[in-house]
Amino acid sequence: MEYFLELLLGGLTRGSIYALIALGYTMVYGIIELINFAHGEIYMIGAFTGLIVAGLLTMLGFPGASILAIALVCAIVWAAAYGYTIEKIAYKPLRGAPRLSPLISAIGMSIFLQNYVMLSQTSDFLPFPELIPEFEFLKANNSIMSSSELVIVIVTILSCVGLSLFIKFTKLGKAMRATAQNRTMAMLVGINVDMVISATFIIGSSLAAVGGVLIASHVGQINYYIGFIAGIKAFTAAVLGGIGSIPGAMLGALVLGLTEAFATGYVSSDYEDVFAFCLLVLILIFRPAGIMGKEKTQKV
Amino acid sequence: MPRIMELKSVNSFYGNIQALYDVNLYIDQGEIITLIGANGAGKSTTLMTVCGVVQARDGDVLYRDEPITRMSPNKIVAQGICQVPEGRLIFPELTVQENLDMGAFLRKDKDGIKRDMEYCYDLFPILAQRRTQQGGTLSGGEQQMLAIGRALMSRPKLLLLDEPSMGLAPLVVKQIFEIIKKVNAENNTTIFLVEQNANLALKIGDRGYVMENGRIVLTGTCDKLLADEQVKKAYLGL
Repeated sequence: MEYFLELLLGGLTRGSIYALIALGYTMVYGIIELINFAHGEIYMIGAFTGLIVAGLLTMLGFPGASILAIALVCAIVWAAAYGYTIEKIAYKPLRGAPRLSPLISAIGMSIFLQNYVMLSQTSDFLPFPELIPEFEFLKANNSIMSSSELVIVIVTILSCVGLSLFIKFTKLGKAMRATAQNRTMAMLVGINVDMVISATFIIGSSLAAVGGVLIASHVGQINYYIGFIAGIKAFTAAVLGGIGSIPGAMLGALVLGLTEAFATGYVSSDYEDVFAFCLLVLILIFRPAGIMGKEKTQKV
Repeated sequence: MPRIMELKSVNSFYGNIQALYDVNLYIDQGEIITLIGANGAGKSTTLMTVCGVVQARDGDVLYRDEPITRMSPNKIVAQGICQVPEGRLIFPELTVQENLDMGAFLRKDKDGIKRDMEYCYDLFPILAQRRTQQGGTLSGGEQQMLAIGRALMSRPKLLLLDEPSMGLAPLVVKQIFEIIKKVNAENNTTIFLVEQNANLALKIGDRGYVMENGRIVLTGTCDKLLADEQVKKAYLGL
């Protein structure tokens, strides 16, 4: 039973990170119908920013918790700036082009950013400091959950709830939904569509950066390639849940994380990806639009 | 009457395909202007050019004598120009209420918005009943009403209507045209109406333009156009 719980919590943590990244994929897809393959690299850049800032602050002798907070904020700002710039450079000029063109541009951006980080930083694994302090109450109860896992799950839940409320109730959130449903009409009611698209990239990148810093601190090492693998998994989660749907991305990430954790725990870690992708295939056979995806039924 | 809108030798393109050739037309404050023509004549493109969704490659679009040719669509809406596009383009997953809210996107006067919302529900009582329903679940006629209501929520000075009669039952069409006349009379909203249903459009309009292959080929008062032999044959089926 304890083993089961351990796997469950491990899966929850995994799912949380996937969710933070998958939200960026699904939001961008919802608005401009583009798979932003450079999104995984944003996550990686978030982690690197966290590492650099944390290293700097540790040398300057800042206390533990403040390092985490400042590193997170810096990673968010820096990654958001990257997300914003990528959209302006690589996608906006191609907005009227056939759908394949921005997709290729996205893959190019992804390769460019990986190599840029590899050259400017290093191709080796770098140790990442443990930014999340050990909580006494977890240690005292001999808990099976580590404090970083707890923080990851809580931060993810807060982010998801916050994002949902934002999308539902704020003016920008409504503008995002309207733009996703019909871009021409959004223009015709006076929405600045360029601004909405930029905001989508900024929000998605911020969430990915949070995921990047937290998981790096949990795992303890990073390199320039982490964004690729995490990105593919998060993309899978987004498709699983129904690409374009925000609750779908959260659910898809959770399902994927748990599947991987249980497959690893009960079968073998060699089969982790096999189970993950079998699940994807199975779900897409029975629900081609994903778990929460809607098949388009619109009256004309 | 002051001039509210004028197009001066406007040429518009979709990619490399030219859709409008030297289009000249003007609209005075308070008028109902109709633009008729066959499928693909360039009627919708004319409206999209006014709204800035399609930008004129050359020529001028003037609003109250100021050029808006290079303005972005959201700035043009802020000037008081609003379009009910062809096919209504309701936000399918927003409720009726939210769709109307989106119409008032650029407005900040909460009380005014509330009053206009009530006005819309008075004009279209069926929408009040459907308030919490998703836009995509409404019938065609209800969607058209919602689209007009949404446009009115921006308190337009100039309302552009693209084929409001398309695909609707004759009774519903009659109802919608009565509302258009009412909005024009009560709020002094200038109306630019694009229609394939020439008979109907020419009956409520003050002046009309006839478009063929991207060019304006005929203009005059609606009475004159209704009596015109060429119009009769080509558009009225007489």
